[in-house]
Amino acid sequence: MTETSDHEHLHQYDPGHEHPLQADQDDSITYFKVMEAAVRNLLIEKKLITAEQIREKIEQMDARVPANGAKIIAKSWVDLEFKRKLLANPRKAIAEFGHDIGPLHLIVLENTEKVHNVVVCTLCSCYPRWILGLPPDWYKSREYRSRVVREPREVLQEFGTNISLDREVRVHDSTADMRYLVLPMRPKGSEGMTEDELVPLIGRDAMIGVTEVTV
Amino acid sequence: MPQFTVGEKVRVLSQWPPSPPIHCRTPYYIRGCSGIIERYCGDFPNPEELAFGRVEPRNLSLYRVRFKQRDLWDSYQGGLSDMIDIEIYENWLEKI
Repeated sequence: MTETSDHEHLHQYDPGHEHPLQADQDDSITYFKVMEAAVRNLLIEKKLITAEQIREKIEQMDARVPANGAKIIAKSWVDLEFKRKLLANPRKAIAEFGHDIGPLHLIVLENTEKVHNVVVCTLCSCYPRWILGLPPDWYKSREYRSRVVREPREVLQEFGTNISLDREVRVHDSTADMRYLVLPMRPKGSEGMTEDELVPLIGRDAMIGVTEVTV
Repeated sequence: MPQFTVGEKVRVLSQWPPSPPIHCRTPYYIRGCSGIIERYCGDFPNPEELAFGRVEPRNLSLYRVRFKQRDLWDSYQGGLSDMIDIEIYENWLEKI
């Protein structure tokens, strides 16, 4: 039987052969869902905001992706003056890319031959969303949050990252008003690459500090 | 004005107010531990008041405090120089 006909078979009606239904993810109306809907409807009803403004805001939030951070990192690798500015005054440096970080502060952590930085928020899920988008699920998991502070090297190993014992592992617990972006080391073998060629090498996980960038 | 200076040795208060009803941003694992002021981050509205909707919360100095991993965990297996930096508000710190 070919793959196509097998696939078609699965969709034929067969009363003696029932599949369990996939559970919907949005079928429970929780306390916070009710509260959100109530506040949203009131704001719209009182003409303080419109449904279109809410939709636009969600669209803006969805447009924040790790590639925004990768562009900042790539520029700092090829432009040492920009890198100096990024480390000294991250707010001003990333404003050049059109990112406004509001009342929060950004700290850029430079990885070197001597120090490897990794970021966590043990209390919740603080994350530089304006430049990296939404945090990955594992970043918010109890396992990552509790383990990376007490056995960071083991956790990094599980991400495939081995840091030699003579290199300091520095964990940053983002507990309050600072947000953190790791500036990974430029990988060996990328010497001849242009800024645009470097961008796709720089993944989200390297900017959190659980991986290093490789060519 | 910040009360502590960079490089100063400080200890995180060993206080355990029940949470809830209070809200604070000092993780359990660091209470009672000693470290060094890494930097002063600025003054920010006190999260312990902010969490309860106070209209004009008091501003508090916020620091990043650096701790040696070996001082925090008896069984720490990593390098001798491994560190952890944590943001701590001034009301949770004392001079040693």
